[in-house]
Amino acid sequence: MDEEKEKKGKEASKETPKREVPQEPQVDVETLPLVRRVKEAKGEFIDDVSYFRGEITFLVKREHILDVCRFLRDDSETSFDFLTEVIGVHYPQRDKPFEVVYHLYSTSKRHRVRLKVRLAEGEEVESVYPVWRSASWYEREAYDMVGIRFANHPGLKRILLPEDWEGHPLRKDYPLQGPEGYREEWLRSHCASTNKL
Amino acid sequence: MLERGVVEGRVSEDLMRETLKTKEIWINMGPQHPSTHGVLRLVLALEGERIVDTEVVIGYLHRGMEKLAESLTYPQFLPYTDRLDYISSNAMNFGYVLAMEKLMGIEVPERAQYIRVMMAELTRISSHLVWLATHALDIGAMTVFLYCFRDREAILDLFEMVCGARLTTTYFRIGGVANDLPEGFIEQAREFCKVFPKKAKDYDDLILKNRMWLSRTVNVAKISAEDGLNLGLSGPSIRGSGVYWDIRKDEPYSNYDKLDWEIAVESGCDVYARYLVRLKEMRESCKIVSQCLDILEKTNGPVMGKVPKVIRPPEGEVYASVEAPKGELGFYIVSDGSPKPYRLKIRAPSFANLISLPVMIKGHLVADVIAAIGSIDVVLGEVDR
Repeated sequence: MDEEKEKKGKEASKETPKREVPQEPQVDVETLPLVRRVKEAKGEFIDDVSYFRGEITFLVKREHILDVCRFLRDDSETSFDFLTEVIGVHYPQRDKPFEVVYHLYSTSKRHRVRLKVRLAEGEEVESVYPVWRSASWYEREAYDMVGIRFANHPGLKRILLPEDWEGHPLRKDYPLQGPEGYREEWLRSHCASTNKL
Repeated sequence: MLERGVVEGRVSEDLMRETLKTKEIWINMGPQHPSTHGVLRLVLALEGERIVDTEVVIGYLHRGMEKLAESLTYPQFLPYTDRLDYISSNAMNFGYVLAMEKLMGIEVPERAQYIRVMMAELTRISSHLVWLATHALDIGAMTVFLYCFRDREAILDLFEMVCGARLTTTYFRIGGVANDLPEGFIEQAREFCKVFPKKAKDYDDLILKNRMWLSRTVNVAKISAEDGLNLGLSGPSIRGSGVYWDIRKDEPYSNYDKLDWEIAVESGCDVYARYLVRLKEMRESCKIVSQCLDILEKTNGPVMGKVPKVIRPPEGEVYASVEAPKGELGFYIVSDGSPKPYRLKIRAPSFANLISLPVMIKGHLVADVIAAIGSIDVVLGEVDR
């Protein structure tokens, strides 16, 4: 009886991924006004444009991110005056394992866009602090968590973790519970009562 | 020498500067300070009692939620979102489930949409009540604290009716809500909507035109709309600087576009303006709740959409945001097609709002720091994640 149930459960779990996901309506990215405007002005700095679930993503050349950001903020058609966040993502299997993601919003045009920059190990990306000052904290977080270095940042140091922390926890090779033996060592040095452990 | 420096019987500032030695000193405020609302630490550089520079030190409550998310399945992470901004857990759930539904293309039934909007707005009222209570208490108005907590109790009772929990509710689900409203809920919620505007008047009577309140808040911690946006300020705090921006109106999610309400905006740019915005927001939220109740009373239907048993979103990435009580709350989810998120980033409004604190308080007195922290309404659970 139990075996049968198990079998059924297994079959069900195998079947679920096959369930049809609602198809994206086909949109020609190039016809979107925002994409057209950016391609027209800064096309040579854009490697790729993608569209998923109504969100536009530009893959920007690493060297020109500051230039593109400045254009997006100052141009009257885009006018992205609000930097929502800067995110570091680690893809260890790729040639360029790090990706920096910028989310922008325009309070006057009410639209959003996502910018991406890909970095190889050891590469730096220009800080967008001169365009949006909020980047100072967002970039510190990306540095703290994923270890992405931002050039010309006004004070790139850890933000959430202690200053003497080693490693960057949101990298894929960082163990969930910290480096091996870390917890025991911390308890030994910080809690006198747990010395017996 | 003395005579030269005496102006109308008082020692002039020039003479003081000549004869008194001044020195910039650095002092620590927090992390264990009652008016930093948790474990926020500020390092203040002072010249006399004026602030010349501030360093904000955060991270004392860091729990590594984004790392934890990568080892949990999508539904398992839902209760963790409650612990971000623990006094407005429904709003946190809302942001996460919206991002998931966007990623998977799930449709949520109409009834669930209205329940969600109603719960989110009740949460906004309760969050703003806690804000008003603690903000006023920091500045020295004890009575407001007691009034607010009394009224918040009524909202927590409603939450308890719906899901059994009062603070960390986890009532929303990917695709809907956990269960339909229990019997007697609508009557009790209606009663709340009826009495709340009268109670809100009590808060006004206490401090709206109180001279001490005005002198502590008007023209304190000013920030212009341009600076605010550049520094990442969002939510009620930026609306206090005259920016018409509310995600509920500008990019309506759920059923906000079908309801009748107004954005609360003030142009004072100071602590007082941000206070007025939140007070108006509470009243608007109350209006939204009663409209939802009207609809929920008449209609019936499922509260859960069609969701597969194992949540395995397609490959891709989405960003979805909601107007949380503190500002723009966003979830950026990268999916690699497995049942666990590849990367999950929380755009926490309190974290972003804190960036502008040093700009706000520059040149002010130490006592104004407390008013400024209160006025941007930070919750450290969300700042540190």
